[in-house]
Amino acid sequence: MSITELGRTGGGPAPSGGVDLAVRAEGLVKTFGEHRAVDGIDLAVRPGEIFGVLGPNGAGKTTTLRMLATLLKIDAGRAEIFGVDVAGNPHVIRQLVGVTGQYASVDENLTARENLWLFSRLQGIAPPRARRIAAELLSQFGLEDAANKPIAHFSGGMRRRLDLAASLITRPPLIFLDEPTTGLDPRTRGQMWDTIRGLVTDGCTVLLTTQYLDEADQLADRVAVIDHGRKVAEGTPDELKTAVGNSTLQVRLADPGETPTAAEVVRRVLGSDPILSPEQGRLNVALDQADLAADVLIALRTAGVSISSVSVAKPSLDEVFLALTGHETDEDRGTGTKENR
Amino acid sequence: MSTMIAPVRERVRAADRVAAARRRVSLSETLGQTLMMAWRALKKMLRNPEQFFDVALQPILFTAMFAFIFGGAIAGDVASYLPAMIPGILAQTVLTTCMATGTQLREDMEKGVFDRFKSLPIARIAPLAGPMVADLLRYTIAATLTFTMGLIMGYRPEGGPGGVLAAILLAIFTGWSLAWVFTWVGTIARSAQAVQGISMMILFPLTFLSNAFVPVETLPGWLAAFVRVNPVSHLVTAARDLANRAVVSGEVAWTIAACLIVMAIFAPLSVRSYKRHM
Repeated sequence: MSITELGRTGGGPAPSGGVDLAVRAEGLVKTFGEHRAVDGIDLAVRPGEIFGVLGPNGAGKTTTLRMLATLLKIDAGRAEIFGVDVAGNPHVIRQLVGVTGQYASVDENLTARENLWLFSRLQGIAPPRARRIAAELLSQFGLEDAANKPIAHFSGGMRRRLDLAASLITRPPLIFLDEPTTGLDPRTRGQMWDTIRGLVTDGCTVLLTTQYLDEADQLADRVAVIDHGRKVAEGTPDELKTAVGNSTLQVRLADPGETPTAAEVVRRVLGSDPILSPEQGRLNVALDQADLAADVLIALRTAGVSISSVSVAKPSLDEVFLALTGHETDEDRGTGTKENR
Repeated sequence: MSTMIAPVRERVRAADRVAAARRRVSLSETLGQTLMMAWRALKKMLRNPEQFFDVALQPILFTAMFAFIFGGAIAGDVASYLPAMIPGILAQTVLTTCMATGTQLREDMEKGVFDRFKSLPIARIAPLAGPMVADLLRYTIAATLTFTMGLIMGYRPEGGPGGVLAAILLAIFTGWSLAWVFTWVGTIARSAQAVQGISMMILFPLTFLSNAFVPVETLPGWLAAFVRVNPVSHLVTAARDLANRAVVSGEVAWTIAACLIVMAIFAPLSVRSYKRHM
């Protein structure tokens, strides 16, 4: 397994002088029987950033998060949150971290309002304020209409929203989101992304796990890629893409009928085959260097092929993952069951 | 949703939060959190009325059944068996009710909401003790129904309303403290079914190897020895003394002492295993 350690340059906000890291984890290990679910993970999350932990099912993302949230015992290594030792002061950690799990952790037997009321009161918020917070969160998360309905009738998206709302009651400075958008439809997903960005504007730090590469790309200032309980890479999404070392030229032709001609031109210039979507008149051309894009475009102009749009993009994180770990992200290894609970 | 963070809101400052964080849960906080958990359990109970079936059906069914089956054989006739049997049924009903505590806790713990309880800065005992406080309602219903059924069948407790009330309160207290045993089983067992199975194994010897339904004198010596130390026997005798004679006998003290010992052992055990299982 290749370990690609990227520098901590660029991307996210620089650590402000003297302020502790939001999360500092060194050599975290969690073993379930013979299986090392987390096998020596280091993390450094800066205050005010969105840090993404990216990896396939069973990679150890959830287990890592649960250890940091005091929900699982840390078998080896150590972790600090805002300078507070996680293993030594679980009660303090629980006041600093809001946890939103992979499965909505709200009470099925209560209504949305009752859930928020329960979690507020449990955390020592006085009744009038608890009522006000519940009303505020319900309206902010678009749950007012369903406020007094039992959760059993809620959609997946509504549950997730309520779950996140419940994590924000005390406005904790650090928020853990375990796969916040898994199973959500694209629209709800977009809303969730906006909400997560909003948290950071508010001064929070967010540590999220995801198996969606575009989610990490969209949200995260920095990303750690995890596979088989180990960190295989870390950096900004851009750095990770650059690490793979090439770019993709995307060309859309004015006339889709000219696709074969265009493909022939690309083959002549680069000596490799482009990926074609003839019905849309689109060619995807993998480039070793971004400059080669110009050569291709000039050759197309010379051949009289007219172009409607052009873009040079960095490769997707999917391609990055493939390059880093040597296997596809959706590969099933059947170890995902244990870490989920 | 996208506008959830109002710009006027004060920014979250981590350093202030670390400084303000409390190091441990105080006793009054623990109490408040337990009562909140009880509120939740009560809501749950009222929204799932089938949870009341066992506490409602058992006293009615068992009182009638046992009275007519055993009454003639043991006491000559049903009416003279009732003063001995009703306190026995009372003990049995309350024990069955507290068995459900463990099963339901286990079912509950498998749901996502327990993850949140664990992630909150609250006393670890609150999620365990809360449902038990709410269960007081179930014990009260079960105990009251047992006596009501007895009255309908012709039982006239000579201890009067005061004696009966005292017997009921003692039974509730016993049930509540023995429930810690089942709560502990709930925290160590792998599934709700397992809890049910283990609890049955604890419950049957406790209720049937007692003086609840038959006089101890009729038992072989080795069995009588167990029956005499069985806390359920003490509860039954104490409840008989209270309901039938309005006498606060030494058995009451015995029962309360046994309950306190059980709680002192099993409450910490439950919290410990609940903590470890996370």
